[in-house]
Amino acid sequence: MDFTLDKKHEMARSLFKEFAETEVKPLAQEVDETEVFPRETVTKMQKYGFMGIPVPKEYGGQGCDPLTYVMCVEELSKVCGTTGVIVSAHTSLCVDPILTYGTEEQKQKYVRALATGEKLGAFALTEPGAGTDAQGAQTKAVLDGDEWVLNGSKCFITNGKEADVYIVIAITSVTEDKRGRKKKNFSAFIVDKGAPGFSFGTKEKKMGIRGSSTYELIFEDCRIPKENLLGPEGKGFPIAMHTLDGGRIGIAAQALGIAEGALERAIAYTKERKQFGRSIAQQQNTQFKIADMATRVEAAQLLVYKAAMAKATQKVYSVEAAKAKLFAAETAMAVTTEVVQLFGGYGYIREYDVERMMRDAKITEIYEGTSEVQRMVISGALLK
Amino acid sequence: MKIVVCIKQVPDTKGGVKFNPDGTLDRAAMLAIMNPDDKAGLEAALRIKDETGAEVTVLTMGLPKADDVLREALAMGADNAILVTDRVLGGADTWATSTTIAGALRNIDYDLIITGRQAIDGDTAQVGPQIAEHLGLPVISYAEEIKVEGDSVVVKRQYEDRYHEIKAKMPCLITALSELNVPRYMTPGGIFDAYEKEVTVWGRPDLKDVDDSNLGLKGSPTKIAKASDKVRKGAGEKVNLDPTESVSYLMDKLKEKHVI
Repeated sequence: MDFTLDKKHEMARSLFKEFAETEVKPLAQEVDETEVFPRETVTKMQKYGFMGIPVPKEYGGQGCDPLTYVMCVEELSKVCGTTGVIVSAHTSLCVDPILTYGTEEQKQKYVRALATGEKLGAFALTEPGAGTDAQGAQTKAVLDGDEWVLNGSKCFITNGKEADVYIVIAITSVTEDKRGRKKKNFSAFIVDKGAPGFSFGTKEKKMGIRGSSTYELIFEDCRIPKENLLGPEGKGFPIAMHTLDGGRIGIAAQALGIAEGALERAIAYTKERKQFGRSIAQQQNTQFKIADMATRVEAAQLLVYKAAMAKATQKVYSVEAAKAKLFAAETAMAVTTEVVQLFGGYGYIREYDVERMMRDAKITEIYEGTSEVQRMVISGALLK
Repeated sequence: MKIVVCIKQVPDTKGGVKFNPDGTLDRAAMLAIMNPDDKAGLEAALRIKDETGAEVTVLTMGLPKADDVLREALAMGADNAILVTDRVLGGADTWATSTTIAGALRNIDYDLIITGRQAIDGDTAQVGPQIAEHLGLPVISYAEEIKVEGDSVVVKRQYEDRYHEIKAKMPCLITALSELNVPRYMTPGGIFDAYEKEVTVWGRPDLKDVDDSNLGLKGSPTKIAKASDKVRKGAGEKVNLDPTESVSYLMDKLKEKHVI
């Protein structure tokens, strides 16, 4: 077992780091303050292939592996959690399911446009009454001639109004089991922006990742072509769950990046900040905190990279993804909270990045499966 | 059209310069990067490639680890890479370096050679023009804009208080300034491809029409007496005097320091 990266991954990391420092970091604070989607940065990322990293070249992608993609989200998130999640939601939640379940025509039409950066993707599962409990969903799709007709709404959708292509999960039938209990059967659909009957509702005002475009999606007799069904009819739920397994690795990478970014700032700040005639880095309290945080961050990194490697080599990687997301997200929250404490009053002021990082970290414990859901997945595999 | 870009791996001076006890650069202790002027030259070549489909070859002379900058150039979009490396070439000054690179270039077809103006470690600005001299090519230095027109290049050449617009027939050599452009980033897929490609490695036997007496440390007429980092200046002295007094104060100081 070798824990060192090979040269091409090292070089990819240096690329992402340079891009993040040069193009993303200078805008991070403004993006947070103004809550404006960083369109210019996204355009640059599209130009340089960041939106199709793990996609095969035959579909317009970069032909790299999940580890490279994870390092991209990690490096971007070190300086801006918003930018990290834009890439993650696009790649893991929209490109990946089409690549995995799409027909050849769907891959040629959608994956190519998404991977080359012509289009941006999003994924819509959550509804006001259906978070962790997906059976609470209400959005329906009915086949009418050569078109599916969608009715309902989705909420908290990342890349909401900015995306061009949406994966939408909707109920296509309700069946009864042997005991007479009703069960909703879901299907997955590819919906283009501009489809008749598809509109946007409220823009959410959030605690963190404030530049990411989080919207409600509304479908009122929204008509999409029959061939936009993704995967077999009735298989929407397993498709959504498998998609989220991949998504969790992306969010784990985002959380890891936020934790690493906060730790880097703490190291720099505590060496400079003087109290009682010496830097606070010379106080044992600081030293022990830095040591604990660094250890925890590295453990998170190993879990995240292991999950990325599992995605590259295994068909099922739910448990690896759940462990990575659970630990990385809780690390991000713990580390950013501790770093704000080390900064003292300055940590509470918006001029310093760590306040934003603490707000950005919180969502990683919630979206794409809360920490509680990750614990259910992990224990479920052990106790079955 | 075939373009060769000569690049150099240099220590990144952003983090300060570190020396060995003998006064030579401690390259191992410093991060290595592609020399900024060379990177601008590469970007200029890649823009010509984008427009005309030119083939871009990058060439470097250095230690085997200079392979890294060649891979970076490939990841940015260069087509081929050549590493000239050999123990007997070590310790070369500008004369021995340009002799070596010219010897390598004699093996390749080219219409245009682009080098950086100067490397941030040596700062001589001599190697580019010397290569042109060895190969009998016209040279246009300090390029801040390059255009290809048929079988010629039109170059805006930076001067202290003006610029020259110079047209030259190819083949010729251009030395590029980092102000020429903002180099593109690599792409992730470009990086993966770069590590699939083969870098051509040449040693002393592959150099054409060069004499051993002009190579390596032995073939280098330059002798470095001493090297040091920038010496930090003191805080200086502030005086507040009227104009007449100021002038005589300054004159006294200049005389004292034997400036006048």
